[in-house]
Amino acid sequence: MTRYDSLLASVGGTPLVGLPVLSPSPDVRLWAKLEDRNPTGSIKDRAALWMLDHAEKDGRLRPGCTLLEPTSGNTGISLAMAAKLRGYRIVCVMPENTSSERRQLLRMWGAEIVSSPAAGGSNEAVRVAKQLAAEHPDWVMMYQYGNQANALAHYEGTGPELLADLPEITHFVAGLGTTGTLMGVGRYFREHKPEVKIVAAEPRYGELVYGLRNLDEGFVPELYDAGLIDTRFSVGPRDALRRVRELLESEGIFAGVSTGAILHAALGQAVKAVKAGVTADIAFVVCDGGWKYLSTGAYEGTIDEAEDRLEGQLWA
Amino acid sequence: MSIEVRIPTILRTYTGGAKAVDASGDTLAALINDLEANHPGIKERLIDAGTDGSDELRRFVNVYINDEDVRFLGSLGAPLADGDQVVVLPAVAGG
Repeated sequence: MTRYDSLLASVGGTPLVGLPVLSPSPDVRLWAKLEDRNPTGSIKDRAALWMLDHAEKDGRLRPGCTLLEPTSGNTGISLAMAAKLRGYRIVCVMPENTSSERRQLLRMWGAEIVSSPAAGGSNEAVRVAKQLAAEHPDWVMMYQYGNQANALAHYEGTGPELLADLPEITHFVAGLGTTGTLMGVGRYFREHKPEVKIVAAEPRYGELVYGLRNLDEGFVPELYDAGLIDTRFSVGPRDALRRVRELLESEGIFAGVSTGAILHAALGQAVKAVKAGVTADIAFVVCDGGWKYLSTGAYEGTIDEAEDRLEGQLWA
Repeated sequence: MSIEVRIPTILRTYTGGAKAVDASGDTLAALINDLEANHPGIKERLIDAGTDGSDELRRFVNVYINDEDVRFLGSLGAPLADGDQVVVLPAVAGG
């Protein structure tokens, strides 16, 4: 279907494209789910729409409400777009070490931004948002890390779309942030095709981001259920940059840096399948396009230079 | 046997500020015991008693062997071989 009643109605239904150059053989194939084709250019439009719909349905969100959300960028941008169309005010808490494009986009869609300290990354944004929520009991926090509608967006959308487009799917690889994508798609495949391997790629940032005062300040999203994934890889900025450039060079896909980390994990599974002599159809998520990361210098100069520029940045 | 263990900023008080130290052990549990022998106090920051009383990794501690999360490799029983790289990181949020 290519005609929709409104922009929000066009969320999801994204293309799945083959990667003829990066796939190691006709038996081991890679497939990219182009989530940058959503209205604000990222996979988070799915979660934002589902969370708003559910909050409106259960009466938590009423006309004139103010939304509040801790976000490293994409979820805030998606929520701001949806909030604008539905008539809500929105306040986003975002770590100060995120790209300037993300801030500009948030403001463009009408969000008010509260900055949280760079050290501690999104953990700090969550802490500040919880504090603001306590000070403003009338504000409504969607709280993507613990909101089941976030995972449900992928259980009802992304998962079924993948199985319909690629019935032979053997692996699903996605980024691990709120864990919503992996939990929703993971649960869907556990129920409908349990042999599909669910693989998480987790970005490994520079030291600043892990600069907590103590280990008890660590954070595991309430949505996370390790039983729904099969393995989890930590991918550093160097591999993410190398892969995101390869994706552009070989297949013409211009993606954000976190997609490079996901592709790295997907290629790892592909190599394993080749070694084992088995067929594999590995679908992975392109979370967003590269546009929002141009100012980070991720796509220019040597990998060393780009890696230096990403140091201390929340690049996923 | 030598395995490089990368230590997060928050635990470097135990390693005299070193970002990485060498240790040995054929499982993660053995490796952590070896770390404790040379860097007393570090084990207690990584491990606590689980619900059934046996040792387990603390909730907000993530450990990776060659970039793979040990919780999917057998946790403290995860096997190690010479030349493996172990990374310890606190759990942080994404999104």
